[in-house]
Amino acid sequence: MQQILPAIALEVSVIILGVLMLLAEAFSRRADRTHMAKYAIGVLAAILGFSFFTKAVPGDVLWNVYSVDATALFFKRIALGTTIAFLVMALEYRHVLARSIPGAEEGRGTGEFYILPVFVCAGLMFMASAVDFILIFVSLELVTMGFYVLVAYTRRNTLTLEAGVKYLILGALSTGFLIYGITWIFGISGETNLALVKARLVAGFSGASITDSTVGPLVGNESALLFGIVLILVALGFKVAAAPFQLWVPDVYQGAPTPVTAFLSVGSKAAGFIVLVRVLDVFVAVPAVQGKVTAVLVLLAAATLIYGNITALPQENLKRLFAYSSIAHAGYLLVACASLAGDNAAAKEAISFYLAGYLVMTLLSFLILITVARHSRGDDIRHFNGLGKRSPFLAFAMTLAIASLAGIPLTVGFVGKFLVFKTAVATGHWLLIGIGIVAVGAGFYYYIRVIAAMYWREPEDATPIAVAPPTRIAIAVLGVLIIALGIIPGPVLGQLKERKPAAPAHLAQH
Amino acid sequence: MTVLSLIILLPIVNALAILLGAPARKSALIAAWTQLALTLFAVFGYNRAAGGVQFESSWNVAAEWGMSLKLGADGLSLVMLLLTALVTVAAIHVTPRIEKREGLFYACVLLIDAGAAGAFASFDLFFFYAFHELALIPTFLLIGIWGHGQRHAAAWRITVYLAIGSIILLVGLAKLYLAQNVALLHGHRTFDMVVMAKTPGLIPAAAQGGIYIWLLVGFGVLISLVPFHSWAPGAYASAPTPAAMLHAGVLKKFGLYGLLRVAVPLLPEGAKQWAHLLLLLLVLNILYIGLVTIAQKRLDMMLGYSSVMHMGYVFLGIAAGNAVGLSGAAMLMLAHGLSIAALFAMAGYLRQSSPTLAFTDFGGIAKKAPFLGYAFGMAAFASIGLPGFANFASEIMVFFGAFGSTPRPGTLSFSAIQVAVICGLWGVVIGAVYMLRAYRQMFMGENSGTAQVAEPSCCFRWAIIILLVALLIGGVWPRSYLSFIQPSVEALIGK
Repeated sequence: MQQILPAIALEVSVIILGVLMLLAEAFSRRADRTHMAKYAIGVLAAILGFSFFTKAVPGDVLWNVYSVDATALFFKRIALGTTIAFLVMALEYRHVLARSIPGAEEGRGTGEFYILPVFVCAGLMFMASAVDFILIFVSLELVTMGFYVLVAYTRRNTLTLEAGVKYLILGALSTGFLIYGITWIFGISGETNLALVKARLVAGFSGASITDSTVGPLVGNESALLFGIVLILVALGFKVAAAPFQLWVPDVYQGAPTPVTAFLSVGSKAAGFIVLVRVLDVFVAVPAVQGKVTAVLVLLAAATLIYGNITALPQENLKRLFAYSSIAHAGYLLVACASLAGDNAAAKEAISFYLAGYLVMTLLSFLILITVARHSRGDDIRHFNGLGKRSPFLAFAMTLAIASLAGIPLTVGFVGKFLVFKTAVATGHWLLIGIGIVAVGAGFYYYIRVIAAMYWREPEDATPIAVAPPTRIAIAVLGVLIIALGIIPGPVLGQLKERKPAAPAHLAQH
Repeated sequence: MTVLSLIILLPIVNALAILLGAPARKSALIAAWTQLALTLFAVFGYNRAAGGVQFESSWNVAAEWGMSLKLGADGLSLVMLLLTALVTVAAIHVTPRIEKREGLFYACVLLIDAGAAGAFASFDLFFFYAFHELALIPTFLLIGIWGHGQRHAAAWRITVYLAIGSIILLVGLAKLYLAQNVALLHGHRTFDMVVMAKTPGLIPAAAQGGIYIWLLVGFGVLISLVPFHSWAPGAYASAPTPAAMLHAGVLKKFGLYGLLRVAVPLLPEGAKQWAHLLLLLLVLNILYIGLVTIAQKRLDMMLGYSSVMHMGYVFLGIAAGNAVGLSGAAMLMLAHGLSIAALFAMAGYLRQSSPTLAFTDFGGIAKKAPFLGYAFGMAAFASIGLPGFANFASEIMVFFGAFGSTPRPGTLSFSAIQVAVICGLWGVVIGAVYMLRAYRQMFMGENSGTAQVAEPSCCFRWAIIILLVALLIGGVWPRSYLSFIQPSVEALIGK
């Protein structure tokens, strides 16, 4: 594979695409906005293709705030794939969209719904490469700003407005936590670059004398460091929907337009976790706080697993069910995060793979949800009754997605769960394993209720559901991916393999 | 493409074809018979003189972890594959007309079949585990859509139970994988079960106990070891006939096969540590479940409990840990699978006359339907271990093996396993009590109940005859199966 482009060209081209779309939205009065979305899908797919020809240059780009390693490239591809899937879903959703916006009709007045995701995508891609607290913060805000608008987009719907307000207020609050936490870390280490922060902290806590004038009196102060870490964990806990920072999730997921819910649950989660991994990598390297950080993560993971799985049990609305299940999945990912201290490489591999699998199965289930909800006029589980008769294709695809979410072998979801449990066994987190076993059992119960509705029950309205060709292709591709990656996980792992070590390279320059 | 990959792919492809609109019953029958033919081809093509794992094929899926889709078969797997193929053929033959969604029904049956065959033919730990789970959702659908009685509750229970059992098993397998002594494997861990079995001392003795208990509980849930058994009787009673036959006859054997294939060769020290617990549980399986079985008033529940009870004997053979006991256990897996499948098939047929299958609804069936009388009698006798059937041959090996197993100093006291054997022998009496009582009430005397039973169709009869003939061969000429089983078992325990 030839590597001809610097990786930053990917972000730049996504931003150019977004700007062009903005210009088209502003100056073209007659154009059908759905065409714009279709062009965007094409261009993003092309960028996704180009990502396989990019050069991984660690450090040295944008004043050392930006670095590209294999994991970063992998997450950039996840962002691009998610955005493409979002646009496909948004096209399927355009009828609902037109109904829910004052003055809009199909293809008109809804341009931002296709433009904002492109900028969110750029933010996600920057975040994948961010190795400096400044870039982390800026890209996280770029993503969150986009979501503030998208969540509240269908503004005739009161549930949506409620979701928008909740997301805005809690999002702003968590931003506050994040910036405050970063300030503390900066105060202790005098640096914002993660690799340098790590080096400073390790040196500061090992008692070595530091002569740098930028370092304040707090260096080596454990309480101050822990305070900063906890603030950052709270903020990121909000982004990844970890308990006890998850209260916004069910209402926002249910109220937001369904494609946004899918984008939020995949994009926001992936972004949150890549930042979490990068930040935790720094903190678990400091022996003085390693044990305490791990203990906090264990508590977060345990609370998230229990809360997500127990509260998902009685849900009747499928979007709410997915909201709680996304909390549950955050729990499994946090289990892997808790293992970062002991089993670093395997835990990172588990997180990346889990997220990739989570992306595929979540997008598939939401794509089907949108298609079915459009015909059944509702997104409760009972609207899926008898889907096996109305559309065997959709029912079969949904069965695949559900099986994968529940973690049944030969699907990608299982491989992810296996990796998480494996790394937890390797680091000996037996409490989390015990909770995880119960959680998987509970998960089977609430996921399979959807399968029971589709096959056991009779439909209320037996008219067959017609699926538009693009949606059909997207569903088929995602379904095949679920099985293929479940049987042959090798290629994804190959993507994650680092070609050359990234971190020491820019440490050496200072 | 080896014959084994065909055996696994054929049912999957046929299931997909049926879902896409191929004629359901016809395709399923073709798949089942072709699978049986291929399995027989493999059985007769297996070079017994050479022994070991043959028909190997391997396809690398994640080299970094040492994971590959590795298929192969030794004598033990071939016998299990034969059981799978025989029961599948019988199960599809005895299926009555399906009124609703015939295609989905047969697709589910074939997927269960494929999952079982895949598990028995896999020599990669990951796929060995994964194939078994292929049956999970089809079972859920079969019981939930076409089941009887409390079908929804039964479907939920079996699914959640087996899911939790599987995840416990998964943790155990992860522990096993991580505990491997990488110095013996050129620095790379492996999922390859052939390599694992060939590397003595792969799992450090100190780590074995901690792994064994996870495997025992995980497999134990799948096998319905007391106290993890409560999903089984209700699920079998509610399941449609082919699902009950395949699940009780074939799928449940996966857990036992897993213990034989993984725990026996790799964790001998772990087995010693937990030997007393296992003996206690298996005695409970035999005596406690045996007494519960006597109390049943319906044929389907009685068969469900009896199949739980018989797992105790297989465990006894595994606990014995010597070649005789383990071979007996392996053969009992086959014999029990065939006999319980035949019994469930006939119970399913009788259900057409009386949906509850209460004993009091029936009487004097043997007079009106002599074939059913003979066939049920033979299957029942086989199941309780009367001489002439494979069950007898294997149970006697289990008892002899367990009784004569030489204890190693300072570990397993001789008397514990002896007591277990004695309790197990009482279990045979208990089995005779419930089986013969049921047989007398339903098949002998005059018709005192409401149900009218007619002779089954020709197709149904042949399915039962196939199963019974396979049982008789094992009873009259045990070498036929043992010549496959015994060398593999001896290889497992390193003789």
